[in-house]
Amino acid sequence: MATAVSTPTMDPNVSAFVGAKRKLFINGKFVDAASGKTFPTYNPATGEVLANVAEGDREDINRAVKAARAAFDTGAWSKMPTAQRGKLIWKLADLIEKYQEEFAQLESLDNGKPLRISRVADVPLTVEHMRYYAGWATKIEAIPSRSSSGSGRNFLLIHFANRLEWLARLFRGISRC
Amino acid sequence: MAAWKLGPALAAGCTVILKPAEQTPLSALRLAELIQEAGFPDGVVNIVPGYGETAGAALSAHPDVDKIAFTGSTEVGKLILQAAAGNLKKVSLELGGKSPNIVLDDADLDSTIPGAASAIFFNHGQCCCAGSRLFVEKKIFDKVVDGVSQIAEKIQVKAGFEPDSDMGPLVSEEQMNKVCGYMESGISEGAKAVTGGARHGNKGYFVKPTVLVNTNDKMKVVQEEIFGPVVTAIPFSDPSEIVARANDTIYGLAAGVWTSDIKKAHSIAAKLRAGTVWINCYNIFDPALPFGGYKQSGWGREMGHEVLENYTEVKSVCAALD
Repeated sequence: MATAVSTPTMDPNVSAFVGAKRKLFINGKFVDAASGKTFPTYNPATGEVLANVAEGDREDINRAVKAARAAFDTGAWSKMPTAQRGKLIWKLADLIEKYQEEFAQLESLDNGKPLRISRVADVPLTVEHMRYYAGWATKIEAIPSRSSSGSGRNFLLIHFANRLEWLARLFRGISRC
Repeated sequence: MAAWKLGPALAAGCTVILKPAEQTPLSALRLAELIQEAGFPDGVVNIVPGYGETAGAALSAHPDVDKIAFTGSTEVGKLILQAAAGNLKKVSLELGGKSPNIVLDDADLDSTIPGAASAIFFNHGQCCCAGSRLFVEKKIFDKVVDGVSQIAEKIQVKAGFEPDSDMGPLVSEEQMNKVCGYMESGISEGAKAVTGGARHGNKGYFVKPTVLVNTNDKMKVVQEEIFGPVVTAIPFSDPSEIVARANDTIYGLAAGVWTSDIKKAHSIAAKLRAGTVWINCYNIFDPALPFGGYKQSGWGREMGHEVLENYTEVKSVCAALD
């Protein structure tokens, strides 16, 4: 089991979060790794284990790719009206804001940065960032243009921006770049 | 941090597999709960923590993944690029830096000195854009180094949960050892630590905020990304030579220029091979301001509307009208 550090100011939800084994999130559900393995994440201020996390590997990645591919190919997300898509991203920003203290504490415990900096910089910037892109969801448009070549025929030229299914970030152990 | 990629990818209609760094998976997993609570359709966002060598490698090489966006070291960025070659997936990379922070002798030192200290010590120097090479015009070099060192000495290096903590530990033991190794290497090559220069305490992964002088431009501490609270302060006498020296690393992520002459600032900014140039400020981020690197600091830009190009393909449709 994880030996979570007890700090007087720790949010009870954060203690509970680090105290239980954390699972992978695949296809809308929290699941164990296919291998059953877990790995520890450490509190860098003490070197002690902070939490145990399901250890994703090739098979879990395969499951996640299948789920992401299906959500894309069926159009559940990619063909959702963009206003609705923007609204969901905005809602996510609202939820991050609602639980901002938990995020600030988790960031601080996991990557070591001062709590007061996570509170005023990292978490609010994340919320702003999600809202900024919620606004972009309705603004990715096709561009019509006129033929430049003067071949004598008229053409309607349109550049569409089509989406890629994409993957991931693996990021360095910090919360900003 | 995941938001930098998640926001634009979701806005563009992409579905996502997020593989957080093995050192810091927790906030991404808390985010997963909120994605569930918000009511996103299943499979739109998947979060799979694990190690780079296994989960990360499997993702980078996966034939059904169209695009990979990575933030991390230049070394790992190159591995991802190789793994992505199998299906020629699109790749954007936000990698390392060794950013020059240039102080001209007409700068307002009351704002420049704290600005230069914050440029390197913010987030314990674990910023890809940290102002880690501080170039200062000779006339004011001692004053600036003295000022930055005094700030470094006052920084409270403590666990992040301590209310008066200014700087917490580095993210891992490995990172702490790497940073200490760089400091030793610099000192053994003749550099001098005006302040800091070693680990802080013996529990946790703390390192003292460090200012190195007496370096030369070829030393490892000047050329390589340390990713810790270590700045090399370097005097220069001829402003016309400074751009060439500032550009003389494999990186090109960010830069700073401090001066009270906006013409000089823009003239230098135009010549710096860096994706972001901050004038009389540093580490300013805004969702509307694109961020990314020249040279080996990466491919593509994040934020602004530019990032949306990372997550979309252009399709030209041509219809005959007669």
